Amino acid sequence: MFEITEREVLGDGSIIRNDIRAPRIAQKAKPGQFVILKATETGERIPLTISDTNPEEGTITVIYMVVGKSTVLFSALAAGDVYQDVIGPLGKPTDIEKAGTVVCVGGGTGIAVLYPITRGFKEAGNQVISILGARTKDLLLLRDKMENVSDELHLCTDDGSYGLKGFVTDKLKEVLDSRTVDLVIAIGPVPMMKFVSRLTAEYDVKTLVSLNPIMIDGTGMCGGCRVSVGGETKFACVDGPEFDGHQVDFDNLSRRLAAYEDQEKQTHREFCAIRDAR
Amino acid sequence: MAEKQAKKEKIPRQPMPEQNPDERRRNFDEVPLGYDENTAVTEAGRCLDCKKPTCVSGCPVEIDIPAFVKAIAAGDYSGAIGKIREKNSLPAVCGRVCPQEIQCEGECVLGKKGDSLAIGHLERFAADWERMHGTGKLPKKAPATGRKVAVVGSGPSGLTVAGDLLLKGHDVTMMEAFHKPGGVLVYGIPEFRLPKDIVAAEIEFLEKLGLQIELNTVVGRTVSLDELFEQGYDAVFIGVGAGLPSFLNIEGENLIGIYSANEYLTRANLMKGYRFPEYDTPMALGKNVVVIGAGNVAMDSARTAMRLGADRVRIVYRRSREEMPARAEEIHHAEEEGIEFHLLTSPVRFIGDENDRLTGMEVLQMELGEPDESGRRRPVPVEDSDYVMECDMVIIAVGASANPLLTRTDPEIWLDRRGYILIDPGTGKTTKKGVWAGGDIVTGQATVILAMGAGRIASDSIHNYLSWGW
Ligand SMILES: Cc1cc2nc3c(=O)[nH]c(=O)nc-3n(C[C@H](O)[C@H](O)[C@H](O)COP(=O)(O)OP(=O)(O)OC[C@H]3O[C@@H](n4cnc5c(N)ncnc54)[C@H](O)[C@@H]3O)c2cc1C
Ligand SMILES: Cc1cc2nc3c(=O)[nH]c(=O)nc-3n(C[C@H](O)[C@H](O)[C@H](O)COP(=O)(O)OP(=O)(O)OC[C@H]3O[C@@H](n4cnc5c(N)ncnc54)[C@H](O)[C@@H]3O)c2cc1C
Ligand code: SF4
Ligand code: SF4
Ligand code: FES
Repeated sequence: MFEITEREVLGDGSIIRNDIRAPRIAQKAKPGQFVILKATETGERIPLTISDTNPEEGTITVIYMVVGKSTVLFSALAAGDVYQDVIGPLGKPTDIEKAGTVVCVGGGTGIAVLYPITRGFKEAGNQVISILGARTKDLLLLRDKMENVSDELHLCTDDGSYGLKGFVTDKLKEVLDSRTVDLVIAIGPVPMMKFVSRLTAEYDVKTLVSLNPIMIDGTGMCGGCRVSVGGETKFACVDGPEFDGHQVDFDNLSRRLAAYEDQEKQTHREFCAIRDAR
Repeated sequence: MAEKQAKKEKIPRQPMPEQNPDERRRNFDEVPLGYDENTAVTEAGRCLDCKKPTCVSGCPVEIDIPAFVKAIAAGDYSGAIGKIREKNSLPAVCGRVCPQEIQCEGECVLGKKGDSLAIGHLERFAADWERMHGTGKLPKKAPATGRKVAVVGSGPSGLTVAGDLLLKGHDVTMMEAFHKPGGVLVYGIPEFRLPKDIVAAEIEFLEKLGLQIELNTVVGRTVSLDELFEQGYDAVFIGVGAGLPSFLNIEGENLIGIYSANEYLTRANLMKGYRFPEYDTPMALGKNVVVIGAGNVAMDSARTAMRLGADRVRIVYRRSREEMPARAEEIHHAEEEGIEFHLLTSPVRFIGDENDRLTGMEVLQMELGEPDESGRRRPVPVEDSDYVMECDMVIIAVGASANPLLTRTDPEIWLDRRGYILIDPGTGKTTKKGVWAGGDIVTGQATVILAMGAGRIASDSIHNYLSWGW
């Protein structure tokens, strides 16, 4: 059993932070790795990135967007409640190096994933420029934390409610035009990562993206998380989750993410109807 | 099968009562129902109690078959199970899933002229009788030695090592990556062939003996082998199975609707996807399903798809019937349930629609050519024989190989060319001091009983080591 030590609702209420007691994982986790959580006996195994760790307290932090049945179930857990299962740390850690100037681009809950990686690059002595984007102001997560680990922070919202009005790619283009960039890291919704990768390909700047296909075991035994990278099939849970953005087949990833859409919608709807009737 | 009565035998082989195919093809209840006492005693009476029982040499763990069968014939069921347990700690499992026709029953003298003794069915009977009527009394454990052993992986090899070493007085902790123990017995083999209650009962028994289980522990990630030694473990057994699914590496393999058997069966069995939405994990529901491969894994996938409501399920296999590796009983059961076999047929590519959803599979007809190195006649394509099979789901069951997750984290563990762990066959010792290995991670995907046999060899050696040193 894995106790939630702290819970916080972020943004417009659709994003939740949990600190979870998992001492072995807290000791081991490195930026870029994730855990798989299962709340109850009948629950689904859900991957979430480790956004932060506190090895002294033995806790890890996850930040997730409430999107379907499992995340709705998670969101019903209060501090003091438990996840039945938490497995990790899974995936390859980010290859943090001194590259020079690094641009960290984050969108939506991807910002939570980006934060420990950005911190890692900053600590490794890089010049870090962060560009964060979201639909609207409330969804711009971790602004303060990201500011602390960036030399420069740029914020964008689709609706102009905060920072620049526009997409992260607009700001990124400006940066790429104005100086030499050695590495771009882009984490967020699939279309965002796709367009960032397309842009940086024009400038021939190495780009890392973090992929989030549907997973079950997270240990390389089911092949459900397979993604096409440079024409080769890779398992995101063990070969990734980070890959060279210029090689990823994002369209196939998007479509594979929709594999269970009908069932997910049905169970989410029925579940919420039952919950609301109570 | 059972009807064919050899002249000299008075009693025919007793058939196993089974759920009728029309019903069972749509439910997940166990297919064979088990012998009742009368039938078991009658069947046991057929044994000739041979002086040189050839059956025993066909059993990888050399159960004293005539002795346990004689006990059943005499109505001494508790004596029977006691005899079996001397050699086999998972009899309810083995009685159900061993490929008996090529092991114990394949060597039974009765089989020379008629039908061999139904050793598997009798083993199952004794084990089920124990679960229902047994005293539940625990066997006596040797005095505590204070030595600590870590068993990595909770499949049949790990369970055997754990059981043996607990009885010898050692402290045993089992580490399992999944949230449930049992290995392939829980995530791979379906409920209708091996009810999960039976596996749970076996594991509970070991827990009563003192087994500690740490679930959700991925050795190599959550904790390394060296850290286990730092934590005070004196020996480690690795029984992590061969869990890496093979794909065909042909065009279109990442379309939606194409699954590895591992994924499909894990969703169904471990996550109980067949009970969606009561359980949260969704299952794809194919209407027109093709399963590629012809081993046990393929049969299990095909029969699961049928139970989940498919209109049509086809098995596609590039060789001929004789080469099909599945147990005879499973092939027979699959056929009875309406699964079609398309043999000498080889997939060429997958075809999808504009949303990347699978719509069909192009295949090529094969014919048997000259024998290859393995002595099997090699399938060769027939020219211009390709055609498209319409389908909305494909399950790929063409084998599995070594998962590098753990083995690659420790350079002291030497691997063979294909990534399996190298061991000393007589002891199960790896190249790293204090570490043993056995089961599918050494041999490649094999059988439950062979994994258990490997566990037995390793546990003997570990016990020697803990008593006398490396
Ligand atoms: C390595 C990795 C790290 C992730 N990190 C985060 C994170 O830090 N924060 C966050 O908000 N989200 C993260 N996700 C996505 C998160 O796992 C999904 O949002 C979640 O599984 C949705 O489940 P649901 O039942 O609530 O929604 P559903 O309605 O079931 O699904 C909504 C969508 O989520 C995706 N999804 C469903 N099941 C799974 C599954 N088992 N594995 C992966 N995706 C699935 C599908 O595209 C689906 O259409 C990560 C995913 C991966 C693979
Ligand atoms: C669908 C299917 C049907 C089969 N049918 C039959 C049959 O009818 N008869 C028969 O005799 N055999 C059958 N087999 C084969 C048989 O099940 C295997 O040979 C046997 O289970 C191998 O046992 P094992 O102990 O090597 O490991 P496994 O049973 O493979 O178990 C290994 C365990 O280790 C865990 N693990 C892996 N990596 C780690 C890690 N790093 N840290 C911690 N834990 C880890 C896994 O999660 C798993 O639980 C079948 C196999 C499958 C897949
Ligand atoms: S363990 Fe398997 S091979 Fe041995 S007697 Fe039992 S069924 Fe036969
Ligand atoms: S070989 Fe057959 S008949 Fe002889 S002892 Fe064994 S089971 Fe009985
Ligand atoms: S999640 Fe199963 S192989 Fe990656």
